[in-house]
Amino acid sequence: MIKVLIIDDEPLAQSIVTEYLQAYPQFEIAQTCNDGFEGVKAVAHHKPDLIFLDIQMPKINGFEMLELIEQPPAVIFTTAFDEYAIKAFEAHAIDYLLKPFSKERFDKAIQKWLLQNEHSQIRPQVSVLNQEIRQPEERNRIVVKEGNNIKIIPIHDIIYIEAYDDYVKIFTQKEMFLKKKTMSFYEQNLNPSQFVRVHRSFIMAIQQLTKIEPAEKDTYVGLLKNGTRIPLSKSGYLKLKTVLGI
Amino acid sequence: MIYIAWWIIWMVVQTFVLYNTGLLDLESATIDAAVTTVILGLGGYVMISSLRFYRPRQVMQLVWSVGLSLVCILLIRWVALQVVSETAYPEFLEKTMIIRGLFSWLMISIIAIVSWIWFYLREQQEIEDRKLSMEKLAREAELSSLRQQLQPHFLFNSLNSISALVGTKPELARKMIQELSEFLRGTIRKDDQLHVSLEEELNHLNLYLEIEKVRFGHRLKTEIIREESTKRMVLPSLLLQPLFENSIKFGLYDTIGEITIRLKATAADNHLCISIENPFDPETSQPKSGTGFGLTSVQRRLYLLYNRSDLLTTRHSGSIFTTELKIPQPV
Repeated sequence: MIKVLIIDDEPLAQSIVTEYLQAYPQFEIAQTCNDGFEGVKAVAHHKPDLIFLDIQMPKINGFEMLELIEQPPAVIFTTAFDEYAIKAFEAHAIDYLLKPFSKERFDKAIQKWLLQNEHSQIRPQVSVLNQEIRQPEERNRIVVKEGNNIKIIPIHDIIYIEAYDDYVKIFTQKEMFLKKKTMSFYEQNLNPSQFVRVHRSFIMAIQQLTKIEPAEKDTYVGLLKNGTRIPLSKSGYLKLKTVLGI
Repeated sequence: MIYIAWWIIWMVVQTFVLYNTGLLDLESATIDAAVTTVILGLGGYVMISSLRFYRPRQVMQLVWSVGLSLVCILLIRWVALQVVSETAYPEFLEKTMIIRGLFSWLMISIIAIVSWIWFYLREQQEIEDRKLSMEKLAREAELSSLRQQLQPHFLFNSLNSISALVGTKPELARKMIQELSEFLRGTIRKDDQLHVSLEEELNHLNLYLEIEKVRFGHRLKTEIIREESTKRMVLPSLLLQPLFENSIKFGLYDTIGEITIRLKATAADNHLCISIENPFDPETSQPKSGTGFGLTSVQRRLYLLYNRSDLLTTRHSGSIFTTELKIPQPV
């Protein structure tokens, strides 16, 4: 049996996938989920082979949901989103179905997956997707997982980000979160007028900076409002000066 | 007419002066004045006509007016000599040539200046009018495009719901197609009715809400409360739907579980006041004060229509986000 999850916030949209899947007795729908939170849990619980995933959903969207899963299963997106988004994930997901889609189009997507599944056991890296898809809401927040909880951090709560092996540490006023992402990802995806990569291992929120002090010869540190001292590399110091206009 | 009257007055004055000072007898004075007036009048007319199409610079203007008065005075001299029979007249004419020349030049110049100003003002007025009508056109185009901003997302998801219903509940699918069609027809209806009654607008809104309720099932609930007095009040057409769309978007996508969106319509101070409430999660979304949340197109429309930017406001308390709308009523 091939285990399938359907994740969509609209009941009728779930039902059409269910209906189309009836033609494939080898597929078993393990669960249908109404939002990304349920989706994350269901993926962990059922370990599905394939998920049908909507993008715009309550709380966290489809991409953010994938980010929270360590080894995401194969994904077929079902979405009403426009071409801009489609182009970006075309290369990575198994397929994308534009709502409303026909049975023929659906069959094609299934065939595609069956073919890929047969020829290689390596699943496409879906998580790369979200580097290219930028939606307006996504820029405003970062989604992280803390044990079993999912936490949404608004961007303006972030004080600084520090590199930590394969992870980054995201610091807010009260807490610290770990996220499996690279520094350059955040460097590229955070607003450069608010966040500056001041060091190989540090990205700083400009808002938080109170003072720049010389440290040793030719090097500087940035003093943040909460007292944290962030080392500035030579190029980081120059970048900071440009952004601040000094 | 004014032009001719003006010259007749001058003719009378000239006759009176020439006769009263005893320079000429009444007949000669009259003829002299008439000849002068007619020729200068024609000269002035030539000046006006030329200025209508072309306004030369000051120096050219001076040369042109001097030349024209010279022509006029020579013509006056020639004609007057032909028609006046008094024996002392030629001598008198020669003596007064310089004064006559200056007088002609003065007259022609006054006419030139007045008509120059007149044409200039008229041209400015035309430019102004054109600018105004251009702005009006642009405003109308912008308004109609703002009115018709419909989320393709809504359309495609609705079609997807219909597609799902066709297989299982064809009757419901048919109903939804009808609602969707009626809704779409409403959004592209003729723009001649700028204002619609609240009643009409709510009917249109209801079609939209019915469709959204099919899409989101039990999660979406709406409540519409309105004072009896607001029934006849009017508002710009298709204004509420984008606001509801916004509320639904932030209500449904920002929370999990059932949500209720409330609309209240009240009358106050010759204004129609509408408030729309939706829940949101204050921890993850930070509603801006003023108008955040993509309400700018409604804001812009209100500004274009009423030239006021204080008609749409938003506020939030706890986990309730409220959008408030004030529509001035026509007197």
